[in-house]
Amino acid sequence: MKYASEFRDPKAARALLAEIAATCDRIGATRDKPVHIMEICGGHTHAIFRYGLDRLTHPGIEFIHGPGCPVCVLPMARVDECVELAERPEVIFCTFGDAMRVPGHRKSLLQAKAAGADIRMVYSPLDALEIARRNPAREVVFFGLGFETTTPSTALSIQAAAREGLGNFSVFCNHITVPEPIKALLDDPDMVLDGFVGPGHVSMVIGTHPYDFIARDYGKPIVVAGFEPTDLLQSVLMVLRQIEAGRAEVENQYARVVPEHGNPVSLAAIADVYERRPSFEWRGLGEIDASGLRIRDAYRAFDAEAKFGIGYGAAQGRTVVPEAEGCACGAVMTGRMKPTACPQFGKGCTPDMPLGALMVSSEGACAAYWQYGGARGVAAR
Amino acid sequence: MALREDRVTMAHGGGGKAMRDLIAEVFAAVFQPPGMEDQARLMTEALQVPGARLALTTDSFVVAPMEFPGGDIGKIAVCGTVNDLAVGGARPLWLAAAFIIEEGTEIALLRRIAASMQREAEAAGVRIVTGDTKVVERGKGDGVFVTTTGVGVIAPGLDLRAEAIRPGDVAIVNGVLGDHGATILAARGDMALSTAIESDCAALGHLMQGVLAACPDLRAARDATRGGLASALNELAAAAGVGVVLEEDVLPLRAEVRGVCEILGLDPLYLANEGRLVVFVPEAAAEAVLAAMRAHPEGAGACVIGRAVADHPGMVVMRTPFGGTRIVDMLVGEQLPRIC
Repeated sequence: MKYASEFRDPKAARALLAEIAATCDRIGATRDKPVHIMEICGGHTHAIFRYGLDRLTHPGIEFIHGPGCPVCVLPMARVDECVELAERPEVIFCTFGDAMRVPGHRKSLLQAKAAGADIRMVYSPLDALEIARRNPAREVVFFGLGFETTTPSTALSIQAAAREGLGNFSVFCNHITVPEPIKALLDDPDMVLDGFVGPGHVSMVIGTHPYDFIARDYGKPIVVAGFEPTDLLQSVLMVLRQIEAGRAEVENQYARVVPEHGNPVSLAAIADVYERRPSFEWRGLGEIDASGLRIRDAYRAFDAEAKFGIGYGAAQGRTVVPEAEGCACGAVMTGRMKPTACPQFGKGCTPDMPLGALMVSSEGACAAYWQYGGARGVAAR
Repeated sequence: MALREDRVTMAHGGGGKAMRDLIAEVFAAVFQPPGMEDQARLMTEALQVPGARLALTTDSFVVAPMEFPGGDIGKIAVCGTVNDLAVGGARPLWLAAAFIIEEGTEIALLRRIAASMQREAEAAGVRIVTGDTKVVERGKGDGVFVTTTGVGVIAPGLDLRAEAIRPGDVAIVNGVLGDHGATILAARGDMALSTAIESDCAALGHLMQGVLAACPDLRAARDATRGGLASALNELAAAAGVGVVLEEDVLPLRAEVRGVCEILGLDPLYLANEGRLVVFVPEAAAEAVLAAMRAHPEGAGACVIGRAVADHPGMVVMRTPFGGTRIVDMLVGEQLPRIC
């Protein structure tokens, strides 16, 4: 991993921090009048805390943590639907490990597994495909979850299942897209956002142009960023320089990985298998138009919602259920509330006894605050 | 050879001749216990010294796959229990070994496990003196489960305990971290990762005796097994009522282990080790302890990783190379690989 270590060079980081501080001073950013920069991706949130960047950067920078954690943005009803699917006796339910501890109304997948549901943790949808091949008498459902980063691999597994005629494989599709919720946040008059750090791994697939509207229509700078500490610091500096120069552009800090037009093979697989849903429910944001993907009719046989009549495929329509009492995940996820401002943080909601997904997902903002201790001083332990 | 079958059947657990043959041929012939009574009858001079104490520990071992680069379940079962005795300051002497065997298990595998246990026991200077086998129906177990119980002797006056750790004490590990956990992850084959990493599985009895000789006022030692170094340090910090500060840039990690962790979103501090321990020693003794560890092959990579402090009692904190700090917490459940 020499590739990573050069992006963790403390000397380079110190130079960037000094440059950030100088720019903040020039544009008059202070603790009381900070520049609000949203890092959209939960991976970025964790990197910021893991390396202590929140405390090392100039006090005139305020990081607002965005909705880019795929597990966190799932409404609780969706977790319930997973549990319902997993509890069907004929089903082997395959999921990424991340989603196991997220609480549903009745139980989490981890609890459902302990109660006898056949739930398997996999590292890739291709593993689920293999399980389906080996268990022809069982229905294998893969929990398709994530932004554009993971969507292509699920699409490829559905294409493979179709080629092989693997009738016992289906995907419970919860794939979502990044640009639409950002637009929803920018349309919210309560949100104060001065610039964005964009999710690099998503842009590896979709390129940088889907963010053009942020600069063009809303006049905000966005810099697509890598995940190492110097990547993040350089991206913050690039946002500040745009603000200083009065520019609003889409810039690519992560050019070593992100091509301007994305990955054509992945994009073709996505277009072949999925189409946009009219709308999709997000925790804390509600239904957002065209923000989710569903499986096209041509691949309907592999769509778990259609196959089992669940979720958006339920005949009587989807049941919308409220989030847990006192859970402020929605406000935290949209950057309206800091994790530590949630009255439940560290009290009614801890990693051992989570109330909401943000405390247990590996990319959740609350998990970052808890794990890296940014706020443990004020939390009751 | 009385044992004809290739695989274990329920008959091998039935209490009759088949069971006797299995025990005699596969286990007793290898371990050569001092007798075949239901109990081992033991004596050692070390116990006759006034003030000497017996140490007793037990541990059960389950691992999939049962054989992996650098070891197998038998080797872990011996090393794990030897190490539990060693970090308490005891000289490990005897082991009991119990096997829960799933119907259908290959007898050749049992032989390899037994041979591996005996090899490791000889190297560690302990004897496997008694044992037990049970056979469970196919599907009611997962190959072989091994439980080992160890007995050792603690020399008079020696009393290692977490409460003895003082602010200013130095934390030392005997080598690179996370090799075992990363090996098992890779060996499961789920990720199609091919690595050259081998388990660090090793018995640390001799190394601990060397450390104790070099530093008679050693405060405490802990083996960093399940839950990794992070969990061991959290337990020690909580029990001692001290804080612990680690320095990220000196933590000994192989590039391959870092790589596996980067890919899967895991933290190497939580990866299991089977041949690693952490000791807290007075600062003045640090160099002597490092030298004592490095005199053993399993201590060749020994280094200082941090120290105990008076601040934030019960909490382990890591200083990053940028000057930031983060909390290194107890693991809540098991580490779960991330999505992206």
